[in-house]
Amino acid sequence: MPQVLLYLLAKVKKLILHLKKQKKMKEIMTVYYMEAKSAGVGGRKVAWITSGGPVEPLIAMDVIPVYPENHGAMIGASKMGVGLCETAESMGYSPDLCSYARSDIACATVNGGPIGGLPRPDMLVCCNNICGTVLKWYEVQARYFDVPLFILDTPFCHVGFAEEAKRYVRKQLDEYINFLEKVCRKKMDHDRMKEVGKLSLEGQRLWQAVLDTTANRPAPMSAFDAFYHLALIVTLRGTPVVVEYYAQLLAKMKDRVVKGIGAVPNEKYRLLWDNIPIWPRTRWLSQKFAAHDACLVADTYTSAWCGTMKYIDENNFFDSMAEAYTRIYLNIGVDEMSRIVVGMVDKYQVDGIVMHSNRSCKPYSLGQYDIQRIVEKERGIPSLMIEADMVDERSFSESQVATRIDAFMEVIKQRKS
Amino acid sequence: MLTEFHDALKDPAAYGKRLKEESGRKVVGYFCSYTPEEMIYAAGAHPFRLFGTGDGIHLADAHFQSYCCSLVRGALEGALAGRFDFLDGVVFPHTCDSIQRLSDVWRVNMHGHFHLDVVLPVKLNTESAKTYMTDVLEKFRSDLEIKLGASISEDDLKKAVRTFNDIRGSLKRLYELKSENPGVVSGADLYAVVKASMIMDRDRVVRVLPGVIRELEKRRGTGEGEEGKRLVLAGGICNHPDVYRVIEEAGGVVVWDDLCTGSRYFEGLMEGSGSAIADLAGHYLARPVCPAKHSGLYSRAERLVEIVKEKRAAGVVFFFLKFCDPHAFDYPYLKKALDEAGIPSMVLEVEDRLPSEVQLMTRFETFVHMI
Ligand code: SF4
Ligand code: SF4
Repeated sequence: MPQVLLYLLAKVKKLILHLKKQKKMKEIMTVYYMEAKSAGVGGRKVAWITSGGPVEPLIAMDVIPVYPENHGAMIGASKMGVGLCETAESMGYSPDLCSYARSDIACATVNGGPIGGLPRPDMLVCCNNICGTVLKWYEVQARYFDVPLFILDTPFCHVGFAEEAKRYVRKQLDEYINFLEKVCRKKMDHDRMKEVGKLSLEGQRLWQAVLDTTANRPAPMSAFDAFYHLALIVTLRGTPVVVEYYAQLLAKMKDRVVKGIGAVPNEKYRLLWDNIPIWPRTRWLSQKFAAHDACLVADTYTSAWCGTMKYIDENNFFDSMAEAYTRIYLNIGVDEMSRIVVGMVDKYQVDGIVMHSNRSCKPYSLGQYDIQRIVEKERGIPSLMIEADMVDERSFSESQVATRIDAFMEVIKQRKS
Repeated sequence: MLTEFHDALKDPAAYGKRLKEESGRKVVGYFCSYTPEEMIYAAGAHPFRLFGTGDGIHLADAHFQSYCCSLVRGALEGALAGRFDFLDGVVFPHTCDSIQRLSDVWRVNMHGHFHLDVVLPVKLNTESAKTYMTDVLEKFRSDLEIKLGASISEDDLKKAVRTFNDIRGSLKRLYELKSENPGVVSGADLYAVVKASMIMDRDRVVRVLPGVIRELEKRRGTGEGEEGKRLVLAGGICNHPDVYRVIEEAGGVVVWDDLCTGSRYFEGLMEGSGSAIADLAGHYLARPVCPAKHSGLYSRAERLVEIVKEKRAAGVVFFFLKFCDPHAFDYPYLKKALDEAGIPSMVLEVEDRLPSEVQLMTRFETFVHMI
């Protein structure tokens, strides 16, 4: 009897903990979107920025950053992607294009989606360190909204970061500031910029520390939790609220580690996730794996927002942005990506890899087969390739994926027994 | 007169191999019209553009998903099948996300020749991009010098600039002749000349093109008969000469294009600004932009409408490779610009191979009748 009680108590506590967490994140995001939507009232400007773009100067200039990609993820998670993608297709956009781009382009014209569309931008900031798609997408939006577009061109680092590329990106950081000063009609406060840089780095450190906790057995959270908590490091990097949120989250995770509470109740198998989540199916996938006592303990996606800390100079954040923003995960060669994946395999001690071959995202997905081969060869662990899309559910076949996951888990189980 | 060009295209690899044996020169493969091929030529090597196969892709399936364009998959197929083994090196310019990963996968899997990336700026219309472009070209120059064990002098470069200016000028003249008198040469023949000019020995190309021009000039006024509806072909790379023939049989005629195997390759001659590197940089910054690069928000639509007007075309045929993101993104806005200018257009999307001839014919006929 007492055991059952204890168990129930733990369950309830877990639920409360979960709810509290959820509420806080939801509150922050609601306030954020409300602020953004009423930016005009307070005389603040709104910038749309790519997920890999340097947001810190915007924060320092008191501009509200808005992320169409985050919006795309929300659209996907709320299962509104198919409708919006179809709208884009009726506008002439090929169904083979990135579904974030398709849903956002469509959403702008109909103000649809889960939050009734994004606030109108005063400017667009496009950093091509993630893909060439964002360049085309932001061109589309610059024409549609007829607002100024700044392109931060971060040369691809196939095998390294060339000197001339470094000079080019560094120079563009100055151009970025000039652009902001012009649009905002005020000067950049460089002391403020320094503070924001410090906060950004602090946020990144904490986020990495949160992710690091999953190296424990059992992992106190899963990659699916990380997908959820990620929103803040993406959207509000450089503000105190991020630091505060992740500090709290870290404390909670450490507590769970001490108490031995795992994200998956009976964690037996540990897996690594590669690529952007399949947003409309995260819950289903999470349950599917949990049913096999498997926890996706880490992923290559959420760590992208803290993956270049080694290039950041704490005392000279602004200058070091050039390197930190150019050498992010999607802007490097597949051989270097493989090394990072191998590193994660070791660090999180995973038994297998689940790779999402994401039709939408060519820079993330093309080359994945080679990464798979390299990692399999170097670490001898099995991997599963799931063909899908991050937003567009038409590319997802539940029965097929379920069968493949079951078969994959059989392999994992046999190897471990 | 044109057999030489057709022959080279029949089996480009065989041509490249033979050229290598006969001339003793090194052969350097490259992708896209953004590779500064002039530099390869200036280094005394032979620049050899790679197109890959359209169909019969199997080996590449182990490396690229089905949602990767057939140009990239086909190119890797060629490499894995050993068809490019004769190359001394391969150069990858930075253009789209797919070519970007092709370079990576190639580097990881292909050995036996050198591998160079030319990471060009994506944005072309700023001062810092211009500086960076110049830096990248200088870097390419020294990289090539090392890989080829050659030295590239200012004079070598100047000669390269002259040679490629002459080639591009001649190709443009051929296009003009065709546009003025569509009967002087078939679309498929002209296509062969342009494409083969990216494969064949450039010293040879630069010498024979003037002869081709003279021949076509002579033919002017002869090829009487009914003229087809004047069309502009717009899109990415065209690997399908049959398209021209079917269009002609359907009652149309291609009088200009906006393709990277066409006018985007030869437009924008290099100016004699004093420094050859500056000439080169100027060319690659100012030439008609491909959709993977940025040079203003409206430049591509403006240019397309201008081409149609200037060439008195009646319509535009968009020709896209399936899974080609840059072109697919630009299509709606280009189409809108054409619509606003009252120019009809149709779109043909091709995966590996062309749709059946009957299908193709019906589509073109319908379009030609409509305009
Ligand atoms: S192509 Fe990939 S990186 Fe680019 S916006 Fe789409 S999902 Fe993001
Ligand atoms: S530009 Fe288009 S056709 Fe060319 S390689 Fe890229 S995706 Fe393929």
